[in-house]
Amino acid sequence: MENLRWRPTVNERDFIERALQSDLRVDGRHSFDFRKLKITFGREDGSSEVQLGETHVLSYVTAQLVQPYRDRPNEGTLAIFTEFSPMADPAFEPGRPGESAIELGRVIDRGLRESRAVDMESLCVVAGKHVWSVRVDLHILDNGGNLIDAANIAALAALSTFRRPECTVGGDDGQQVIVHDPEVRDPLPLTIHHMPIAVTFAYFGEGNIVVVDPTYKEEAIMGGRMTATINSNGDICSIQKAGGEGVMSSVVMQCLRIASVKAADITSKIRKAVDSYTTEKALKKVKRLPVLLPQKINVTDVTMEDKDGAELEMETLKTPDDVQQISKDMASTGKASSHEDAQPMLTESSNAEVKGTSSSGAAGESEEAQEIGSPKSLKDAIKPKHKRKKKSVKR
Amino acid sequence: MEYVDPLTGFRVDGRRPNEMRQLKGEVGVVARADGSALFEMGNTRVIAAVYGPREVNSPTLISAVQNKGQQVNSKEALVRCEYRMAEFSTGDRRRKPKGDRRSTEISLVIRQTMEASILTDLMPRSQIDIFVQVLQADGGTRSACINAATLALANAGIPMRDIVTSCSAGYLCSTPLLDLNYLEDSAGGPDVTVGILAKMDKVTLLQMDAKLPMDTFENVMGLAIEGCKAIATYIRESRKINGLNMLKIADPSVHVTHRVRLAGWMDGFQCSGQEI
Repeated sequence: MENLRWRPTVNERDFIERALQSDLRVDGRHSFDFRKLKITFGREDGSSEVQLGETHVLSYVTAQLVQPYRDRPNEGTLAIFTEFSPMADPAFEPGRPGESAIELGRVIDRGLRESRAVDMESLCVVAGKHVWSVRVDLHILDNGGNLIDAANIAALAALSTFRRPECTVGGDDGQQVIVHDPEVRDPLPLTIHHMPIAVTFAYFGEGNIVVVDPTYKEEAIMGGRMTATINSNGDICSIQKAGGEGVMSSVVMQCLRIASVKAADITSKIRKAVDSYTTEKALKKVKRLPVLLPQKINVTDVTMEDKDGAELEMETLKTPDDVQQISKDMASTGKASSHEDAQPMLTESSNAEVKGTSSSGAAGESEEAQEIGSPKSLKDAIKPKHKRKKKSVKR
Repeated sequence: MEYVDPLTGFRVDGRRPNEMRQLKGEVGVVARADGSALFEMGNTRVIAAVYGPREVNSPTLISAVQNKGQQVNSKEALVRCEYRMAEFSTGDRRRKPKGDRRSTEISLVIRQTMEASILTDLMPRSQIDIFVQVLQADGGTRSACINAATLALANAGIPMRDIVTSCSAGYLCSTPLLDLNYLEDSAGGPDVTVGILAKMDKVTLLQMDAKLPMDTFENVMGLAIEGCKAIATYIRESRKINGLNMLKIADPSVHVTHRVRLAGWMDGFQCSGQEI
């Protein structure tokens, strides 16, 4: 039976410890620096993906109508489920969650639920019968160290963008709950009072050396760890120091002060990411009519001298296929009238093809070319609007 | 509900805010185990049994590495811990499955707390099992378990750096309260559990839930640390009377026999084992 967990060699352990004594970390950070944080959102509301350095966590929020607990009949429920995927770390086994998975779930659960970060009473639909049960699923995709912090950020980001369907109470007895489709009525966001951010500290060397956001290798070597969940108001939402190296209580208080500074920083990052996602989603909902945009015609600098297939000056365009097709057709027909007939069809077809391509520069050029050098017949052919205008003038 | 009476300053059970519940520790309660202890904090009763150091057996090794992700080092002893609550320990008799999340987390917490104190490098290639069972739960079970485990480890003669004591504190009605009972714990206020290495004055276990501003937290944590020190004094005094030096490196083949009965408010502190 082999030991699946990666064990540091004596040299690695020695190197990291000695570097820390001179206040250097292996990846070049300072003792109290976080790694680069990147938050992205999925297609659906309530899904987020967080990358903290090499650690990669995916979070997904769903809600369901259930019966409430007997001792809290007018509150919804929030449950956190974690899955430590074996692709994240060879030490993770599929199936039942191990100790570290349960610990992570409970730390995040304490930070979110017991600190009343998410408003539970607003999730009540019919007291004692129907409440919303919000479920947060956290999937660890890559274990690069410090899973608790990354998972916490992922859970918060997902909860901020989650929208639950609106429901009304009606029916014959006034007890029936009707859940509205998101197409019919806009889904509602959750009420989040504050954002509890988890900041993990690792202790080395008999509790004298403290670093923030340990990497995988630092975690394997550390003497003890402490996770403090703090919000931007300076309230401590939860602390977890499950044994390990003993530290002085003054060091604990110092760590908490550092954590409150880091928490404010991370809260602003999460808020920014959530806001940009929300505005982007809102803009997508606004439908825009494509006709109002300038027509992008990719026929430029076409000088027609004769009825018989004149030499055409072609500029290199982004869609050379269309241009060649037009030139071929022009050469083959060779009549002004046929040109007139052929041209609008071609331009229309080219219009349809060109609409997909975003060559606004070419469109501008084409309009100018048409106005400058082309004879009346071609101009009329290309721009049906002129024809219409003439008619109105005649009248 | 008034958890602290505004006129008299008494709590629901008649204690003052900085007063602990009555402590009682008894050793040698499980005859089969290498070391055992029964620890009471008010109405919370916990029994701890220690087996070890003994040879590592493979199913333990496999489960320790896979489920718990413990590092198996041939130079150190492997510490295992299991926390269970008896079905009759709480008000409503219910069957809690063994692997439920709260029990797993508390087992992990107790194991890591005791590991910080046990001198594991003195016992390579062996395992130490700590089994903790809650008989009566009235708040502060985690702390009572750690205190009981310390006594049991000392009874088993396992070498330790220092005794680990633990106590909880809370904050209700704008007063820091020491050693919460179940009623005060379920009030929804913050609950801070602290475990210290008594002589070295270092915090090894620190858990908190619910919101607290930072300065209030400092006061509450300070109060809990005072409580831990008081428990350590109680344990040491009882030990001194019994004449057992806990920081001595013990030879597992030697068992010490003492039978002392203390009168008065301190109920017996019995130490029993095989006579040499």
